[in-house]
Amino acid sequence: MSKDKHFVPSPGGLRNFRKNPWAVCCLIILGVFYAGAFLADFVSPYSYQNEDRSYSYCPPMEIQFLDEEGRLARPFVYGVTISFDEFHKRNYIIDKAEKYPLKFWMKGDTYQFLGLIPSSRHLFGVDAPGRLMIWGADARGRDLFSRIVYGGRVSLSIGLLGVAISFTIGLLVGGIAGYYGGRIDDVLMRICEMFMMIPGFYLLLALRAMVPADFNSVQVYFSIVVILSFIGWASLARIIRGMCLSIREREFVLAAKVMGLSDFRIIVRHILPHTLSYSIIAIMLSIPGYILAESALSLIGLGIQDPYASWGNLLSEAMGIIQINFSPWILLPGFFIFLAVMCFNVIGDALRDCLDPHFQVDENI
Amino acid sequence: MMLRYVIRRLVVSLPLLLMMTLLTFVLMQKTTGGFYDLLRLDPQISEETINRYIQMYQLDKPVLVQYKQWVWNLLRGEFGYSFYYNVPVVTLISGRMWNTFILSFCSIVLTWAIAIPLGIIAAVHHNRWVDRVIQLLSYVGLATPSFFLAMLLLFWASRTGVLPLGGMHSAQYDDLSFLGKVWDLLRHLAIPTVTLSVGSIGSLQRIMRGNMLEVLRQQYILTARAKGLPESRVIYRHALRNAINPLITLLGYEFSSLLSGAALLEIICSWPGLGALMLTAVRSKDIYLVMASFMMGSILFLMGNLLADILLARMDPRIRYE
Repeated sequence: MSKDKHFVPSPGGLRNFRKNPWAVCCLIILGVFYAGAFLADFVSPYSYQNEDRSYSYCPPMEIQFLDEEGRLARPFVYGVTISFDEFHKRNYIIDKAEKYPLKFWMKGDTYQFLGLIPSSRHLFGVDAPGRLMIWGADARGRDLFSRIVYGGRVSLSIGLLGVAISFTIGLLVGGIAGYYGGRIDDVLMRICEMFMMIPGFYLLLALRAMVPADFNSVQVYFSIVVILSFIGWASLARIIRGMCLSIREREFVLAAKVMGLSDFRIIVRHILPHTLSYSIIAIMLSIPGYILAESALSLIGLGIQDPYASWGNLLSEAMGIIQINFSPWILLPGFFIFLAVMCFNVIGDALRDCLDPHFQVDENI
Repeated sequence: MMLRYVIRRLVVSLPLLLMMTLLTFVLMQKTTGGFYDLLRLDPQISEETINRYIQMYQLDKPVLVQYKQWVWNLLRGEFGYSFYYNVPVVTLISGRMWNTFILSFCSIVLTWAIAIPLGIIAAVHHNRWVDRVIQLLSYVGLATPSFFLAMLLLFWASRTGVLPLGGMHSAQYDDLSFLGKVWDLLRHLAIPTVTLSVGSIGSLQRIMRGNMLEVLRQQYILTARAKGLPESRVIYRHALRNAINPLITLLGYEFSSLLSGAALLEIICSWPGLGALMLTAVRSKDIYLVMASFMMGSILFLMGNLLADILLARMDPRIRYE
């Protein structure tokens, strides 16, 4: 709830941000995540759908720095062979005869870099018959590390896209309602309440039920983005409206009116910028909601579908107790969700501390 | 006056609920096609039965007529028929709602029992290491996705065998004594409740700490200390009461917001609640079941919010509803 207080960024604000070591650390982690997701084709040793069933649930491989005699050697991994015991349980046996040295800038699966330049270079990997699986493999023998890097593309971008859409709607609706007041305000706020009245997850499921089953993965991705922003905008619109109610009483708005500016221009250029510092903090603190919602949706099988990867979708393999028990490394994507959420929270809190100490954000989902 | 406010709130939310359900209804209809196709596949169900359903729910009529029929049936306490489970929806819903309520309720109790003392300790030891550790832990708690924590705990439980791996009752539940039944239920509740509470503990603890710090800065606390009262009396008698007051209003809102989280955990821990039911319904495009669970979820949510507002009015005489 805003009082008659105006949110104007203090000039020294962002400088304080740099003094917060936690926040800077989180910013770096997020930077690495986003860079990794952006360059996923290059960073990951394999493509997200490169599978080899003979490596199904292969445990993480250790990179060896010492050879058998204990001398320092070029980093390498041992080959593995699969065998089954009498209970048909998989056993991967390290085959010390096979050694595959770790190579950088090596040739592998071809891809289109940035969707334009065809390339087959990868940051690291091992030569063919060997396989490098530093974080193990999933059921179909796909490298988990590669899939996590690719999954970051979906999981990390959905937060940004969702926030961009819902904040555009929220700011506009809130601005219009607050600026005009009266009946327009009433109608818009009732609509907002309608959205806030329903438990987020139920609404999510209901909306997801409406998405046609024959959508391809890109369409599903965008429908998820739209669904998430559809749920998220209402609470923001209400807060922005409260702020606009007080901002519109100030002299510069009157001045703008006298100068004959259009209402739309006054709202967008003169009123909404005054909610900027609030919005930035709110954006930072609401991105985790989107990441979590996408993960949850993919986790229960209603989000991104295999073979495409997202962190939630990768984690869905860990839904079965037996799988977790025999191959606990499939829980890894969860740590990435946790880290991303944590980083956004820490950065959001740090921004709040330097921009505006009296502030609360609604968690919608 | 309070009663009038409550009635007005309910009256206002009714058209909203209708609009939301209409939207869901229409859009679901658009995509599902004939959802009685599922029934056609089942050789045990005769063509006559299907025709009877079509007749009963007017499935061959335009969407709006169907919706009108649905609302009309609803008013008569008739929730429609689940084509997936092959039973009337109402028999499914009530039990599931109760289970969801149990889960949310236990989670609130746990959250409050832990978060309030933690908040007090943190405020009393403000900026010392105890406080720091608590703040760090609540950061971690807030950032841990509940579904992930549930998986970790299930993993742990499967390794150690201490707790059951999901569900609500053990196989031999019916043979247990009353106390045995309660104990069995609590054991099944443990993982979903803990995971559901961890995030809320973090946030509630932070609010409690903030309130407490605010109160401890007041002059009457200084007075109490100056009188020579023992510190424990100052904190538990004078400060705590004032710090905890604003929190009570959160109770209702918390219950509402728990519903979403509970839905997800029900699915992961196979707790037979409303959220898990709705997922099955959505997956099998079982329209009446989706509509009913959606409605009931929203009603539970509304009740929570209403409760919060009533509590708020009770606790704070400055707030007036007219």
